[in-house]
Amino acid sequence: MRHTLSILMENESGALSRVAGLFSARGYNIESLNVAATDDPTLSRLTLVTHGNDQIIEQIMKQLNKLIDVVKVLDLGDHPHVERELLLVKIEASDAESCDSITRVSDIFRGRVVDIYHRTYTIEVTGGQDKLNAFLNAMQQHAVLEVARSGAVGIIRGSSSS
Amino acid sequence: MKLSGAEIFVECLKAEKVDTIFGYPGGAVLFLYDELYKAEDAISHILVRHEQGAIHAAEGYAKSTHKPGVAIVTSGPGATNAVTGIADAYMDSVPLVVFTGQVNRDLIGNDAFQEVDIVGITRPCVKHNFLVTRVEDLAETIKKAFYLATTGRPGPVLVDIPKDLTKDKTEFSYPETVSMRTYNPTVKGHPRQIKNAVDLILAARQPIVYSGGGVILSGASSELKTFAQELGFPVTNTLMGLGAYPATDKQFVGMLGMHGTYEANMAMHKADLILAIGARFDDRVTGDVEKFCPHAKVVHIDIDPASISKNVSVDVPIVGEVKNVLPELLKEIQRRGEKPDQQALADWWKQIAEWQAEDCLKYTQDGDEIKAQYVVEKFWEISEGDAFVTSDVGQHQMWAAQYYKFDKPNRWINSGGLGTMGFGLPAAVGVQLAHPDATVGCITGDGSIQMCIQELATCQQYQLPLKIINLNNGYLGMVRQWQEFFYQKRYAMSYMDALPDFVKLAEAYGHVGMRIEKPGDVEGALKEALAMKDRLVFMDFITKKEGNVFPMIPAGAGQNEMILV
Ligand SMILES: Cc1ncc(C[n+]2csc(CCOP(=O)(O)OP(=O)(O)O)c2C)c(N)n1
Ligand SMILES: [Mg+2]
Repeated sequence: MRHTLSILMENESGALSRVAGLFSARGYNIESLNVAATDDPTLSRLTLVTHGNDQIIEQIMKQLNKLIDVVKVLDLGDHPHVERELLLVKIEASDAESCDSITRVSDIFRGRVVDIYHRTYTIEVTGGQDKLNAFLNAMQQHAVLEVARSGAVGIIRGSSSS
Repeated sequence: MKLSGAEIFVECLKAEKVDTIFGYPGGAVLFLYDELYKAEDAISHILVRHEQGAIHAAEGYAKSTHKPGVAIVTSGPGATNAVTGIADAYMDSVPLVVFTGQVNRDLIGNDAFQEVDIVGITRPCVKHNFLVTRVEDLAETIKKAFYLATTGRPGPVLVDIPKDLTKDKTEFSYPETVSMRTYNPTVKGHPRQIKNAVDLILAARQPIVYSGGGVILSGASSELKTFAQELGFPVTNTLMGLGAYPATDKQFVGMLGMHGTYEANMAMHKADLILAIGARFDDRVTGDVEKFCPHAKVVHIDIDPASISKNVSVDVPIVGEVKNVLPELLKEIQRRGEKPDQQALADWWKQIAEWQAEDCLKYTQDGDEIKAQYVVEKFWEISEGDAFVTSDVGQHQMWAAQYYKFDKPNRWINSGGLGTMGFGLPAAVGVQLAHPDATVGCITGDGSIQMCIQELATCQQYQLPLKIINLNNGYLGMVRQWQEFFYQKRYAMSYMDALPDFVKLAEAYGHVGMRIEKPGDVEGALKEALAMKDRLVFMDFITKKEGNVFPMIPAGAGQNEMILV
C-alpha cells in the first residue's frame, strides 16, 4: 500500500540525512521525498511517499519518531487531506499541428505553459499522482524531452494543524 | 568570566560528575587535553592503547555501574578507531558520551589532514550525534548529550568538536535542565494496557517471564524478582539479561535462545503467555520467527516503542520504564484480588521439571583434557558467584553465560548485539576502575584476546588486577563448530596457527602468566590467581580442542528443535 508521510523535523543540517539514512539502512522504500522549511524557520516539513504493509508502515513511523530531530510524524492517509505534486515537463512540437495538440492537452489538465523556446514548450501542471501520470501519458505522442517532479506534498483538511 | 571551549568542556564534565574518562590524545584535541591535565584531581583520564579500547572500557564502566561512560578521541583515525565500540554500545543500549576532535571549522569539507566526517560515519550507530559549530553552543550540547545518552532507551551520543572552537571564548553557564521538543520518552505504562496485560496474566495457564537487558538498564531487578515471585511464574533471561533475575533461584529456568537451556526454550515454545520484559525478540532468541511461540499471547514491556511488534507481533504493548511498569502491574493484580489458575500453574511446573530432568548442561570432566565448562564452573565456585565477568565472543562466551550463575545485575558484561571480539579485556579495564576492590574476571578465547591485547599495557599503567581466563582451544572455536556442523568439517581459517606464548606475553607486559594444562590443576590455579589481589593474572587454560557448545538451536529451526548433545 502507498502511504504519504508528513514529517515535521528540526531544520538542521543532518536531519534530512538521518531520515534518508534510516530508510536505506532498514531497507524501506522511498518513492518520493520533498523537503522545505515551514513558516517557522526552525522547522522543516518532509513529505515522503513509501510503500509497505501495515506492519512495515508502523515500524517506519516508530523508527522515524525515534529520531531525535523528528518532531512529529503523520500518515496523511489516516486523515482527510489534500495532496499535490508539481510537474514541469519540456515537450518538443514537431509541427504546427502538434503545437496545438500540446496546448490543448495542457489546457485539459489545467497545465500552464511557462516557457517557449523555438518549438519547445515547458509546461507546469499540479495535481495528484494519478493526474500527473495521466498527463504524461497523454503527452507520449509528442517528444517529451525532460521531466522534473517535486514529489508529493500534503496537508490535512480543516482547521487542525499537524 | 569568559572561558575557552576547552575550559567549558572540563567544567561540563565536572557538572555531570564525571570522575573517569577514557581516551587517547591527538592534534585536534590538544586544547581539551591541556585542560584535562589541569583538572586531573577531579577527573581521572585513563590512557588506553587503542581507541576501540577506550570505548569498550567506557562501556564496561557504564554497564557495571548506572553511570554513563565517557570517552575522548582525536579526529580522523582516532574517531574511526572508535566506531566499532560505538556500534557495539548502540546495539546493547549502553549510555555513552563520546567526544571526538574535529579539524578547524574553516577546513571542514576540504579533506584536511586527519579529517573524517565522523558525524556522517556514525549516524546509523548512535542514538544521536552533534557537530558543535559555535563555542556558545558547547555547554548546552554537552548537557543534551548526557541527557540523551542516559534517558529513555540509553545509547551512545557523539559530540564532534572542531579544534579552533576549543580555544574560542564565551561566557559559561551550565544549563540546569534540558528540554527538547522532539524528545520525551514515555516512562509510565498506559493504564488501559496495564489492565489488558493483567487480564492475560490472570487467565494464563502456562506463562513464562522472558526478561532481557532492559531490566538491568532500568535498574529493575528487584522489581522483577518481586513480580515473578508474587506470581510464581518461571523466568528465563536473555544473554543480555543474565543477572536480572537470580540464576540460583528455583524459578529460574536458565538462559533462552540459540545456546540457552532446553527447559527455557521448550517452555517458551509451549507457553500460552509470554511476558517479555525489556527484551527485544532478537533473532538469536527467536530462531525462525514463523515457528516462534505458536501458542502464546504476548505482553511486551519496553521503553522503546520501535522494539515492540518489530519481529514478533504483540498482543499487549506496554511502552514504559520497566521499573515503573512492573509495580503498576502488581498493583492492578492486587486490586483485583485474583490469581491465575494455581492447579494449571502446578501442572506447568511439573512439565518444566520434566524438561529440566534432561539436564541439558551436563558434562563430565574426565580424561586429561580440560573442559572449558569445568573452568567456568570452578571460577564461579571459587569467586563465590560474586565476580564481575566480562567476556569476548565465541564458544567461551556461551560457556561463561551457561556456567557462571549470575545472581546480581550488572555483573555480566558482554557484547551481545554486535558480538564484538576484542570487547572483553578493555571492558574489564572499565569495570575494574569502577570497582577497584572487586574481583573482575575476563573470560576470553585465544582468538578474541588478541584483538585488543594491547590493553594489557593499560592494565599495567593503572595497576588493574584483572583475572584473565583464556579458554585456549587453538581454534576460532565458534566458527569451527559451525564448520563442523554445517560445512562438513572444512575448517576454513578457523585454526589458530602460531599462537603466541601467552605466559611470556603477559610477563612482557609486566603481569603474571600461568599455563594450565591438566584438569587437576584448574582449581589450584584459580585459587592462586584470585589470591593475588594486586596483580593481573593471565591464566592460559589449554582446553579440549574440538569441544562444542550445547544445547543448540540450529539456524532456521524452531525453539523446540534443539540439538542436545
Ligand atoms: C571482530 C569480530 N570478527 C569476527 C567475528 C566472528 N567470530 C565469532 S566467534 C569467532 C571465534 C572466536 O574465537 P575465540 O576467541 O578463540 O573463541 P572460541 O570460540 O574459540 O571460544 C569469530 C571469528 C566476531 N564475532 N567479531
Ligand atoms: Mg578459541
